[in-house]
Amino acid sequence: MSTDLQSAAITGLDNLELGPPPPAAEPGRIARTAWAALWPKLLAIALVLVIWQLVTLTGWKHYVLKGPRTVFADLWGQMQHLQLWQIIEVTLRTAALGYVLALVIGSVVGVLVARIPPLRAAVGSIITGLQTMPSIAWVPFAIIIFGETESAILFVVILGAAPSIANGLITGVDYTPPLLLRAGKTMGLRGFALYRYLILPASLPAYVAGMKQGWAFAWRSLMAGELVVQIIGQFSIGQQLAVDQQNLDFAGASSVIIVILVIGIVVDTLFTKADLTIRRRRGLLDNAL
Amino acid sequence: MSILNGRMSPGEPVPGPSGYPDLTAVADRTAQQESTAQLESTWQQESAAVRLTEVSKVYGQGRGALLALDKVSLSVAPGEFVCLIGASGCGKSTLLSLVAGLDQPTSGQIDTSGLKVTLMFQEPALFPWLTAARNVELALQARGISKAERRARALDLLEAVHLGGFGTKRPHELSGGMRQRVAMARSLAQDADVLLMDEPFGALDAMTRDLLHDELERICAERTLSVLFVTHNVREAARLGDRVIVLSSRPGRVIEEYDVPRNEPRRIDSFDVAELASTITDRLRQEMSRHVN
Repeated sequence: MSTDLQSAAITGLDNLELGPPPPAAEPGRIARTAWAALWPKLLAIALVLVIWQLVTLTGWKHYVLKGPRTVFADLWGQMQHLQLWQIIEVTLRTAALGYVLALVIGSVVGVLVARIPPLRAAVGSIITGLQTMPSIAWVPFAIIIFGETESAILFVVILGAAPSIANGLITGVDYTPPLLLRAGKTMGLRGFALYRYLILPASLPAYVAGMKQGWAFAWRSLMAGELVVQIIGQFSIGQQLAVDQQNLDFAGASSVIIVILVIGIVVDTLFTKADLTIRRRRGLLDNAL
Repeated sequence: MSILNGRMSPGEPVPGPSGYPDLTAVADRTAQQESTAQLESTWQQESAAVRLTEVSKVYGQGRGALLALDKVSLSVAPGEFVCLIGASGCGKSTLLSLVAGLDQPTSGQIDTSGLKVTLMFQEPALFPWLTAARNVELALQARGISKAERRARALDLLEAVHLGGFGTKRPHELSGGMRQRVAMARSLAQDADVLLMDEPFGALDAMTRDLLHDELERICAERTLSVLFVTHNVREAARLGDRVIVLSSRPGRVIEEYDVPRNEPRRIDSFDVAELASTITDRLRQEMSRHVN
């Protein structure tokens, strides 16, 4: 077979195997997919509101329980005031600082534990144990050590988030396909380069999953911490909730809970997006999804 | 003179009475019939890219120990294409791991004369988070080649396997045959003199495999690579090899060598390929039948 014919046959077969190019995006497709993703969520919210309204109408605990209309009016009112935004800012700043520290500590511990077998035997099960520990249980301990300070809250947040992050990284390293390791070694990747160019990128999906779980734990731990630890001059979401509790302010407490829920969901969505992007790039997702 | 000896020392292949290379003459001889001393002296006279001398590999210890390779001696001359074939349990993959330096032999010597050796697998083993071009570039980077040069060389290598336009694709966006060619480009990027291939086309369909045989032949000729190619496919071995070495199973031993004279371009459906393949198949079946009990 002539070389020209051979090249043409190969290129032709490649094109056949890859199939026809995907059809151009039709107008309105983005809006349709957005709507398809949105309506189940709207339905869920509507359901909760309807049930809530029905419970209110039965008159159960009518002296404290308020309907959705009252609560959203309260929330709307709070949104007009600077104080709500200030407490959100304080809480988010603590959350960011605590999460970044947890990320650093969790990653360093994760790499060390994954690399050094004796350390794995010693620390591996402790990390899993820490994950099952309810974060509120750390609060008294943290107050004994740090007093009622931001450090106490950060301590609780880090203990909540770091184990998940470390565990995610360790799992990722463990699940690096042996064939890729052989390929990398054949290529001459050794030591640090092997980690930098093969093991860490291969671990990324599990690492991001660990980071996502870590965020969920961090957010819970932060709320637990803020509810109990009263820092003078630094009013936070958790403290607002504690005050509402003392005043038996149902509408105020409900508003704060809605704020906590929304922030948690928004950040979680960001992690889910990152996770999907990584998996799509690696061909771990059905492209039809 | 047997073709086996003819191959070992410089000389033309011996045509048989029919005008086709006389393969049966070789088939009648076994490597075991040659005295080891005689073979060794032949090897020492000639330069080899890869030489294994009485290489054994034992896995495990004590009663559970498994002898995977038993005193395997073979060599690959510079620029030669040697196919290794055997039934399951002949230790083909073990042998390649030893030559690649990923594992150590229990006894015996492996000499690659300081040449660079690279290994290709049945799976492309590309890094799924990198594009095709970056996969190739990483092999260049591991050799310490500068960033600017890497990019250009990676494109050239992809061009060499007819994938010039696919550098930005990720592995999952390519077909099986294309991925295996990216893996080929990545192996070439390692600038090795010796290419070890572990059933590289085993997972591909027959049409793609035929095309890749031609491709591999062209690439090896252009770069004078020495190749040690492991396969389960007798036709493939007869199609590609300058020499076909048959291994026994449990433990792996060299039981036969067939020299394949290269008079004209071969194809998978050439008459002499078919003839050699049938001879090898008979020999392999004979070997398999030893394992009835």
